[in-house]
Amino acid sequence: MDALTSQQVTFKIFRFNEETDYLPFYNTYTLEVTHEEVVLDILNRIKWDHDGSLSYRRSCRHGICGICSIKINGKAILACKSRLFDLIKIFGTDLTIEPLSTKRVIKDLIIDKKDFWEKHAHVNPYLVSDIVEEPTSEHLVSPHDAEKLNEADYCIQCGACHYSCPALAINEQFIGPAAFAAAYRFSADVRDEGALKRLHIVNQEAEGVWDCVKCMECAEACPKDVNPIEKITKLHNMIFEANIAKNNVATRHAVGFAHSITKHGLLDEGELVRYSEGNIGVMKHIPEAIAMFKNGKIVMPWNMPKSKNLDEIKKLVKSSSTVKF
Amino acid sequence: MEKLRYALYTGCTARESTPELLKSTLAIADKLGIELVLLDEASCCGASHLQDYDDFLSLVLNARNICYAEKLGLTMVTICNTCQLNTAMTKHRLDTNPELKAKVNAKLAEVGLEYKGTSEVTHFLYALVQDFGLEKLAKMVKVPLSHFNIAPFYGCHNIRPSELQNLSNGGENPYNPTSLDDLIIACGGVNVDYAEKNKCCGFHAELQSPHTAAVLTGNAIAGAMDANADWMVTPCPLCHLKLDVQHHAASKAIGRDVKLPVLHMPQMVGLALGCTPAELGLNHHVTKVDFV
Repeated sequence: MDALTSQQVTFKIFRFNEETDYLPFYNTYTLEVTHEEVVLDILNRIKWDHDGSLSYRRSCRHGICGICSIKINGKAILACKSRLFDLIKIFGTDLTIEPLSTKRVIKDLIIDKKDFWEKHAHVNPYLVSDIVEEPTSEHLVSPHDAEKLNEADYCIQCGACHYSCPALAINEQFIGPAAFAAAYRFSADVRDEGALKRLHIVNQEAEGVWDCVKCMECAEACPKDVNPIEKITKLHNMIFEANIAKNNVATRHAVGFAHSITKHGLLDEGELVRYSEGNIGVMKHIPEAIAMFKNGKIVMPWNMPKSKNLDEIKKLVKSSSTVKF
Repeated sequence: MEKLRYALYTGCTARESTPELLKSTLAIADKLGIELVLLDEASCCGASHLQDYDDFLSLVLNARNICYAEKLGLTMVTICNTCQLNTAMTKHRLDTNPELKAKVNAKLAEVGLEYKGTSEVTHFLYALVQDFGLEKLAKMVKVPLSHFNIAPFYGCHNIRPSELQNLSNGGENPYNPTSLDDLIIACGGVNVDYAEKNKCCGFHAELQSPHTAAVLTGNAIAGAMDANADWMVTPCPLCHLKLDVQHHAASKAIGRDVKLPVLHMPQMVGLALGCTPAELGLNHHVTKVDFV
């Protein structure tokens, strides 16, 4: 048990009512919190003891309905699951409580998750299967096959990853980590027959998996350890395995690594850009290439370094490759 | 204290577009009395893009790299966050999945190698902070960087996913990392705090999603500038390239002129230890390092 049983914490809480307020503001409360309390307890105490107009969502109080997700000092959490003392360990005793997305606020900590649900619906998040109307036995999934879901079915649609994704914050077309995890969850299900259609959806440029920036924010944000980025990687793999990868800059960027490693062991950075962009597309990189060249940041093809024991690498690439493009 | 020895996995970037990173790493290791044995046999880590294409091949290649550190009986240090991620991820997956490890080892046997799992993998930043020690480093500082406000830029792949990275980064919290701040302070500098210090630079989406990437770069430099930073420092050469080379595109994307010199972590340490700009390759930057 923690040595301290209570601590004084200053909470700054985001307030905004889209019907009456021109700008958001923050209320500050200093409260004594105990080692047993979770964030939801604090929200309740503020609402019940200080300001009844504070609005937030709460329901199951067991970390399973996903409705109470908010952000504390930028970290997405479930209010009902996060102990104050754990947050104090990370951030100290000044905590800022904000909605998951400040640009989608309806009131205070309540946001409109319309974009989240639209993205979710977009990937056909359900089993697609020709079912027998009057089955004579159960359609059982073996434990081995169930493992293929990689716990993607643990998602509670709380939106923590979705509203922590920087790619999505900039490019609103991007489907986002939660919906990608859902796309994986059903496509990896042995009973499902809709995988190919789903893979086509997540294979689109701008909205699909190719625009992931690989920041790992989604893996960090998820309160259920779904690890969406792992599922995004798997969707990439499935797109190549299904042989539906389009020949474009994103796919060539992935494949180019294999080419370069086969040839040099190391990555030929210049050649990767040329191969990915194509001979015409690469032209737009010329200004930066010149700036880099002037500062000794470009290795010419004839000086390209190679890994020692390159023959081993060539042999392994040949024997261990599992896909073709 | 016994002399610290590591197997150095340079990655590709330090051998190509950021030669100053390798140069400054070797320079400060020399000053600090750390022995780095170069893993010249190592291949590219796949940078999480080969992983998108052929996951199994990426595991085999990364396991092979670790084999060479194991042969030396040394901990592998990385000097690129993305190398760190992909190497540590491979190690973790093989160490926790005997079936997968056996499959990978069946391939490695073809070239006479075996992945055992005996070498740790850590980033050079954490080797300095945890193994060498910041107190000791602070005592060796010859030129305190006290005139400078320095913005730490951590880079995603050293701090996230924390479940993996905490195995080697001393439990750094990705929402409030401190190692690089502590290192700046040990070098006598003033660390500046800003919201983007633990955010993404956009590097990995630069070709396929240039606007997203440029906005992320712009936000990072702007955040550091608004916090009154004189320059930025990063342990990741990919973040370095994005911030150092791409400031024109970044400025255009966010509608504001942003530009700051961006030093590699060992270059900053080297300045504090009294290395010359030439020893640290400060002439290789696109955004000129004009303060030394």
